Parts: sequence; structure tokens; C-alpha cells
Amino acid sequence: MSASLEDVIRNRCEWLRGEGPLSEIVISTRIRLARNIRGFPFLPRADADLRAQVADTVETTIRRTDLLADYLHLSIDELDDLDRRVLVERQLISRQHAEGSGTRRVAFDPGGSCSLMINEEDHVRVQVMRSGMQLDAAWEQINAVDDALDAKLDFAYHAQFGYLTACPTNVGTGIRVSVMLHLPALRITNELDKVGQAAKDMKLAIRGLWGEGTEALGDFFQISNQITLGRSEEELIDDFHRTVIPQIVEYEQQARQALTAKRLHALDDKVYRAMGGLQSARLMSSTEAMQCLSHLRMGLNIGRIKTIDLNTVNDLFIQTQPGHLQKLHGGRLNGEQRSIARAALIRSKLHQN
Amino acid sequence: MAGMCESCKKEAATFHLTNLTREGQKEEQHLCEGCAIEQGLIQVQKPAYAHEVLENFMKSAKGDAASMANAVCETCGISYLEFRNQGLLGCPDDYDVFREMLLPLLERAHEATHHTGKAPRSLGTGRTSQQQIQQLKRKLADAVAAEDYERAAELRDRIDKLEL
Repeated sequence: MSASLEDVIRNRCEWLRGEGPLSEIVISTRIRLARNIRGFPFLPRADADLRAQVADTVETTIRRTDLLADYLHLSIDELDDLDRRVLVERQLISRQHAEGSGTRRVAFDPGGSCSLMINEEDHVRVQVMRSGMQLDAAWEQINAVDDALDAKLDFAYHAQFGYLTACPTNVGTGIRVSVMLHLPALRITNELDKVGQAAKDMKLAIRGLWGEGTEALGDFFQISNQITLGRSEEELIDDFHRTVIPQIVEYEQQARQALTAKRLHALDDKVYRAMGGLQSARLMSSTEAMQCLSHLRMGLNIGRIKTIDLNTVNDLFIQTQPGHLQKLHGGRLNGEQRSIARAALIRSKLHQN
Repeated sequence: MAGMCESCKKEAATFHLTNLTREGQKEEQHLCEGCAIEQGLIQVQKPAYAHEVLENFMKSAKGDAASMANAVCETCGISYLEFRNQGLLGCPDDYDVFREMLLPLLERAHEATHHTGKAPRSLGTGRTSQQQIQQLKRKLADAVAAEDYERAAELRDRIDKLEL
């Protein structure tokens, strides 16, 4: 167990700060770039020795780069499953990185807004996270990190195909732009298909909170690009900025307004049931906690509840996840023990307010 | 009869080309695969986007033939079949070794086959003219799809200038 990871858990997640433009609906913005180093095979064809060489090359570069000098370094293959889980819950690494095999590492800034996964699917995957709708700021930061790495590493680049990646679905820019949205009202009014259509029109994918293959728990959805070739980074980001996100945000706002104006009893029922459950339950699963916290967050955002602080709710989203919950508790818990600990944690936090 | 090759009038037409003439008019061509190859359409000077569409189509038609599936990259040792099974390539060279098979795949996934965007600093920070051309060709394809032939003609002229 690394001392630095203990510190990480105590900090608030950068992407859950609840700040930034449109933060009532746009939880966070994330951009990642996939890069590989010329002269090495992609990871499926790299033996243990080559994997270690790639990892050392990237880690050394990060340590020698002024911009990244204060980053924390962890070897994922040396962490236990609970620590890995905590990193996934904070989105510092992907589930694939946590569950992979062989030498693989992560480096991230102390604030947790930028992380570099080493030996995930590609040699390096840089990602930057921001609270709220901050695509330009995220792009500026990740572009600077990429430039800094580019100054020291020779990335595999092809005149026609751009940055070469292990999977051709990422080739070209190697970019994945993801915007996480909180859409509780559209779920209640049963209008989520509008979101699906808006995303489909722009060839974007919709996923759950923790990325590929995860459920849309607690009314959180991630929208991300699938096309990486033939359009510039700025063009791809622009689609989110100008078209998709403003449109979906407007749908959610309209749904919230419609509920407030015409079905206030239905809206209040969701909000106060959630509040009641969170303040009273003795056993609470993470799924139920996510759903209740989602409704409570909506209640705060539209001013139905004024006695609870938004930061308390944002912190609970992460602290009630299985990894964080067990870390905060100080040891491993089975399913029922987790439900007890989760319910107790939520009660204590909400009664403090 | 509709659906027949305009050239040999024997085989079913499988090539349907819509070209943009110099006057900005649409011109359709329906040929069978044999006649399209025979007529050397690939070499004929065509508006660039049609040239590309045809080239890709030819390659995807040949696509997964058994001989191609057995192609092996000498650098990393991966075969095309292995790539198709696992979905991941073995090394950067694979993009050239399996180029023929990858092009239709990229076309399907990205609706494009040329990168436009950031490049390593060692290659210069500005967009290369090749990238500009590709970007204009995409806009041309969009304009044709939207049947905006005035804009298409204008884009075609800009591409012609860059390609000189």
C-alpha cells in the first residue's frame, strides 16, 4: 500500500468538484490521447521484457519532464485489488488497466486532473479531467502534456493514418472526448431516447459512468466520440461544444422545468423519498445509493432542498463506491457489511448538515 | 435493363459511380466489376473523391480473400487473421503491411482514411498540404451528398490548385 494513495483517497475528485460551466447537468469533461512509441511492437506482441522497457521509457520521460515532474507513480501490477478499484472509481485508470496483466503503471498529478496510463491498450494513454463543461481547458492541458512528451519520445506516426494505435478504431488523432451528464429528469419523463438520437446523429457513443460496458447508474451517462480519423481534434471537440451537449442540456432543462411546472408532486416524491432513504436506511447497496444521490442532487439543483450542501452529495458519490468505502473503513468488507457501512456513512454525512 | 453493366451488357452492374463533371453536373456510371477493372478506372483522371471511393471499393472487394488473411507482418510476426480475431494490431508497420485490408475497415469505422489533425512537432506544426487536400475532399464529399453542386465545384477547384 502506497502512502501516496492514502492521501489521494482523502482528496476530492477533480471531476466531482461540482464547478464549471453547466455543472448542474454536465458533471465532467474528459479527453484522452492514445500514443505508441516508434521502435516497439504494440502491447499484444510485446513480451514481458519489452513491456518493461516501454514502461521504463515512458516513466523516465515523465520524471524528466518539468511539466510532469511532481506526478505520482504507481505500478498497477504491484497494487492489491482494493487499491486498483479506488483508482478506477476516481477514473485515474480504466477498468481494463486495473484488470489487465503484466507490467503496467500509472502516473497522475497530485490534484488528480491528469493521468497517464502506461501499457494499457497502447503504450501511453494520457487523460485530462475537468469538472463541468470545460472542453477547451481540457484540450489545452492535454495538448501541452502531449507536446511535452513529444519533445522526448518518438511517437509512432504515419503520414496517412496519423498516430498509430493498437486498435484501428483509435487511429489518427487517438482522441477520445467524453462528457459525463446527469440526466435524472429525462429518465423520469421517459425521454432518454432523445439523448440517444442526438448522440447517434453525431456518431457518438453513450456509456455508463465507468466507461465501456458499464450501466448508466444513477442517471449518469457518458457521451464520447467514436471517430478518430479524418477529423481534427478541434473539429471533434467542436461537435460536443456546439451541437450535442447544448442540445442534451436543453432537453434536461426542459424536462426539469416541465416537471416543476406540471408534476411537482412527482418530482418532490422522487427527491424526498431519496432523502428519506438516504437519511434512514440501515442497509444500502451501491446501486440504490447512486439512484438516491442522483435524485437528491437534482433536488438541490432545482432548489427543492436547501439544507444539504452540493459538495456533501458529490463526495458521497465517490465515498460510497465499494473501493473507497472499504478504504475509508480501513479494511475489507463483505457485501452485507458494505451495505451497513454505506448506509451508516451516508446517514452521518447527511445529518451533519 | 436496369442493373446491367452499361459496357458489356452481360453482367450485373456492381459499380455505381456518381461523378461530378467539370460543369458541376452529376454523371452516373453503372459497370460490372470486370469492365470496371478492364477500363482501368483507377488510373483514369477522375474527381479525386470518386477515385478514392472506387479504390477503396476495389480493395474491400478483394478484401478478406484467403491469401490476404494469411499475410504476415515480418516485423512483429502477426498475421492478418490473428489481427481480425483479437482486434488489435501487432506493431506500427502493420498499417502498411495490411493496408489493403485496413482501408475498408477504417472507412467503415471512421468514414475516412486520412488523418487530419495534430502531428508530432518534428514534422512541423502546421497542417501539411496533403492534410488540407484530404480535409477539402471530405467537404467535397459532404457537398455532393447534400447535392450542393455549386459549393462542390468551388471545392473541386481548390483541390485542383493544391494538387498541382
